[in-house]
Amino acid sequence: MSHEHRLRFKTLVMVLLMVVCANTGDLMLARGMKQIGNVEISVPGLRHALLSTIQSGSIWIGILFLIGFTLCYMTAVSWADYSFVMPAGAFGYAVQTMLAIVVLHELVSPKRWIGVAMICVGVLLVGQTKPNTTNNAGPVSP
Amino acid sequence: MTRVILMLIFFVLCNTGGELAMSYGVKQVGEPQSFRPLALLRFVWAAARNSWLWVALPLLAASFYSLLILFSWAPVSVVIPASASNYIVGTFGAKYLLKEDVSFKRWLGVVLVCAGVTVVLLTGKG
Repeated sequence: MSHEHRLRFKTLVMVLLMVVCANTGDLMLARGMKQIGNVEISVPGLRHALLSTIQSGSIWIGILFLIGFTLCYMTAVSWADYSFVMPAGAFGYAVQTMLAIVVLHELVSPKRWIGVAMICVGVLLVGQTKPNTTNNAGPVSP
Repeated sequence: MTRVILMLIFFVLCNTGGELAMSYGVKQVGEPQSFRPLALLRFVWAAARNSWLWVALPLLAASFYSLLILFSWAPVSVVIPASASNYIVGTFGAKYLLKEDVSFKRWLGVVLVCAGVTVVLLTGKG
C-alpha cells in the first residue's frame, strides 16, 4: 500500500470514530440542555445554567464523547489537512439517516435523500484529493 | 431571533478559529507514534505544551458554551443547519491561514457537503 493510500485509509478510520463520538456527544448535550430548560443571559441565569450543567449526567456523558472526538480529531489533523478532515466528518449525517431507517424504521423524505446524496458526493470528492498538501512534522519524539 | 443569529455567528467564529488553531498546533507537534495508551498520552502531553493549543482551547470552550445556549434557545434542527457554514469558513481559513492547497475538487466537495448538511437538517427527520 502506498504512503498516500495508507494515509487516506487511516484518516478514514479516524473520521469514522470522530463521527460516532461527535453524534453521540451532541445528542447527549441536547438531551441534557432540554432537561435544564431556557438559559437566561444574566449573571444569575448563567450561574444557574452552569450549576445545572455540572450536575447533569447527560451533559457529562456528552462531554466524555466530545473529549473522544477531540482526541480523534487531533490525531487526524496531525497527519492530514484540516480542509480534508473537516468535510469528511459530515459523513455522519448520512450515517444518521441510515440509522433512522434501519433502527427507528422512520420514513425519509426525498428531499432528505437528496441532501444525503449531496453529502456523500461531496465527501467522495474531498476524499479523492491529496490528504496532506502541507509538510508535516514527523511522529512525536519521546 | 436576532440573539440566535448573533450567537450563531459567535459560535461559528469561535469554533472555526479554535479548530484552525488546534490544527496548526497539532501539525507542529507531529502525529502519535502508535495508538498505545502511552504513545497517545505522550502525544497529548506534547500538544499541551504547544502554545497554539492554548489559543484553541478558550475558543473551543466559548464555542461549546455558545452551542449549549443555542440548543436551549432553538431546536436542534435549526441550530445544526445554520452552523453548517463552518465548512465554508473553515476551508477559507485552511487555505489562507494554514496555507493548505485547496483544489477546485475539494472546494466543490466542501460546497456540496455544506449544502447537503443544510438540506438534510432542514427537512427534519421525516
